[in-house]
Amino acid sequence: MTGEYILKMVGISKEFPGVKALENVDYDLKSGEVHAIVGENGAGKSTLVKILAGVFRADKGQIRLKGVNIDFQGTRAMIERGVSVIYQELNLVPYLSVAENIFLGREPIKNKCIRLINWDKMHTKVSEIMQLFDIDINPEARVSTLGIAHQQVVEIAKALSLQSEIIVMDEPTATLTGNEVDKLFNIIRNLKKQGVSIIYISHRLEEIGQIGDRVTVLRDGKKVLTEDVKNVTTDEIIKSMVGREIGSKYPKEDIPIGDELLKVEHLCGKGVCEDVSFNLRRGEILGIAGLVGAGRTEMVQLLFGYRKKDSGRITVNGKYIRVGKPPDAVRAGIGLIPEERRNHGLVVELSVFENATLSILDRFSFLGFVKRRRLDKLVNSVVDKMKIKTPTSRQIVKNLSGGNQQKIVLAKWFLRNCDIYIFDEPTRGIDVGGKIEIYRLIENLARNGAGIMMISSELSEVLNISDRILVMYNGKIVREFNRGKANQEDVLSYALGADRSLTQYPE
Amino acid sequence: MNLGKYGIFIAFIAVVVILSIISPSFLTSRNLLNIVRQSSIHGVMAVGMTFVILTAGIDLSVGSVLALTGVLCASFEHSGLPVVLIVIATLGIGAFIGSVNGLIITKGKVTPFVVTLGMMSVARGLAHIYTNGQPISGFGDGFRYIGASDFLGVPVPIIIFVLTILIAAVILRDTRLGRYTYAIGGNEEAVRLSGINVDRFKITAYAISGLTAALGAIILTSRLNAGESIAGVGYELDVIASVVIGGTSLMGGRGSVWGTLIGALLIGTINNGMNLLTIPSYWQLVVKGSIIVGAALLDRLREE
Repeated sequence: MTGEYILKMVGISKEFPGVKALENVDYDLKSGEVHAIVGENGAGKSTLVKILAGVFRADKGQIRLKGVNIDFQGTRAMIERGVSVIYQELNLVPYLSVAENIFLGREPIKNKCIRLINWDKMHTKVSEIMQLFDIDINPEARVSTLGIAHQQVVEIAKALSLQSEIIVMDEPTATLTGNEVDKLFNIIRNLKKQGVSIIYISHRLEEIGQIGDRVTVLRDGKKVLTEDVKNVTTDEIIKSMVGREIGSKYPKEDIPIGDELLKVEHLCGKGVCEDVSFNLRRGEILGIAGLVGAGRTEMVQLLFGYRKKDSGRITVNGKYIRVGKPPDAVRAGIGLIPEERRNHGLVVELSVFENATLSILDRFSFLGFVKRRRLDKLVNSVVDKMKIKTPTSRQIVKNLSGGNQQKIVLAKWFLRNCDIYIFDEPTRGIDVGGKIEIYRLIENLARNGAGIMMISSELSEVLNISDRILVMYNGKIVREFNRGKANQEDVLSYALGADRSLTQYPE
Repeated sequence: MNLGKYGIFIAFIAVVVILSIISPSFLTSRNLLNIVRQSSIHGVMAVGMTFVILTAGIDLSVGSVLALTGVLCASFEHSGLPVVLIVIATLGIGAFIGSVNGLIITKGKVTPFVVTLGMMSVARGLAHIYTNGQPISGFGDGFRYIGASDFLGVPVPIIIFVLTILIAAVILRDTRLGRYTYAIGGNEEAVRLSGINVDRFKITAYAISGLTAALGAIILTSRLNAGESIAGVGYELDVIASVVIGGTSLMGGRGSVWGTLIGALLIGTINNGMNLLTIPSYWQLVVKGSIIVGAALLDRLREE
């Protein structure tokens, strides 16, 4: 049912400060086609979509819609030209009705003077769209009463009411159950019949086989493959997603592994983490792989007491620890370097000194008074040791680079001399040079007898830095690999949902 | 930020200059001392409010807490307690009411606005119930000393005000409580994830606000020679205005008690000037309200 080309993106390049997000990428779309885009996190999928949606302006390259060259005019212009994006976080107003959401900002009115909303017209129009695409939702229902799956359908209906010919779906099934996925696929098939084209972004490769016509693989901002889905195997897709050899970027030393430091048993947190058990030894770097949304961050937040756990036993240095709040974990010698450093790791309006000492003021104060002079010495020595590039320790953190900010978050725990360091995506958004420095710091900590947990979505990082790797999927640990016993394909296939891959990838 | 600091200073000077031109009785040493003394009540309360606002909170209940602790303080005096104990007990009750605010805000996860708005009504109501609407008046010399006498030629309320500012400045600069107060207002989650008991320090901020409201009550009660349940109506306006005009951000994390000092003096000067110029009190409300909103607007502009 696919026809002629409705969209051609040619030679698209986009650079952000320090990162080449896209390099000379071609992508096209026929009418009535589902053309999937896959790639690791950071491969450039969302940048490509945002360029199409008019969020970013491409540095180079052309966008042709139905044979016409399109200049950059922002998001509104692209919507008017028939391109709608359904983002992972839905943009709906929960307390308005389905119809109101669909017509938000374009409500039909009864009369030019009095401008009352023409409810009948609005509801009829919505019903028409719903019927045409065989969707069963009451236009008058409040959006907050609908499940996620139906809310997504409301977004799709909104796109259709705008007469979109191209709908981009960014990870549409990430939050759906199996049954809901089937319903979504039925809607997509209906859309295809009406000649609507879909750009389908997903981590779940098996879905692409079910619903996609063609697939394009992005890797490090470059297009590596565009192929008809029926001509390519999942195996080949995974290979082209990860295939790169950059071992030298990862300094890895042999550090003797010591006694057990941390033991986690049957850790559960409602809806995010299910029966997770593992241990960590002195000098060990334990990598935690998995996709975004696999529950890795939530799992370490449970361990740290930032989220309330439902059950689970945590033992540090052979002693059972009651972790209800972060201070409990900190007292037991655990430090967390969170994923979102600006939101969770730093008070960006305060200085390097203030941030670095945040976790140790209790140790360096007398009757509540802060021992500033002793702290000053400590902070200065750690700034030197960690090579934090800042004019003085009084510099406001906001003005420093990502790599240096990350080091300050690390310094906070380093000064406290923790036993266990939990890194959540320690190198995200940091350039290559900064990454190597962070790896060195992590290894130094391990050499001094600390235990390290490192969540990372960058497979090559996990594989090259870790002594042991846990793979999480859907809130569970689905596989454990020892160092050197795994390759990127193995880890990725478990991270994508283990059971399907079990037969495909025997050990 | 520097611009903001200077901005308030310039505004202060401008107001002083204008008033001394229009009103000859303004720039007399007696009147100036008067202004500082009048400012000391909303001034000490603004010091506590500074802690709360630095954590990105708000305390609307201070005026009512002043009334409640004021009438209690008056009846303590009548029961013959020694002055030291009166002061300690009153401050303790103020801090307790503040902690109740803080507890509900942190543990109950209710927004500060709603909790302290409720407390505003509760404390006022309790004050009326306790006194049955009648003032409790007539105190001994010991208690009267606090609000109505001089020490080395300086009115005692001014001395209390200055000491409060100094103590708060030291706390904010050199203690964990102070540093955490700034950090919590800057990024509460980062502080929580640093293993710090955020709730404890937020509750302390509200307790301090309650305590300084009680301190204001002691000064006012002693000065008026009466504890009245209608005292302090609308004081939250002067108090919050002092803090905001002083450059402390309502979004939390930025500001200082020195700014609050200037803010309090500016509010006191405006109050005094409008009285000298016999501007009706209804108009005074309009002017002060506009000043608060204007200061908050300036703060937003500064951020951009």
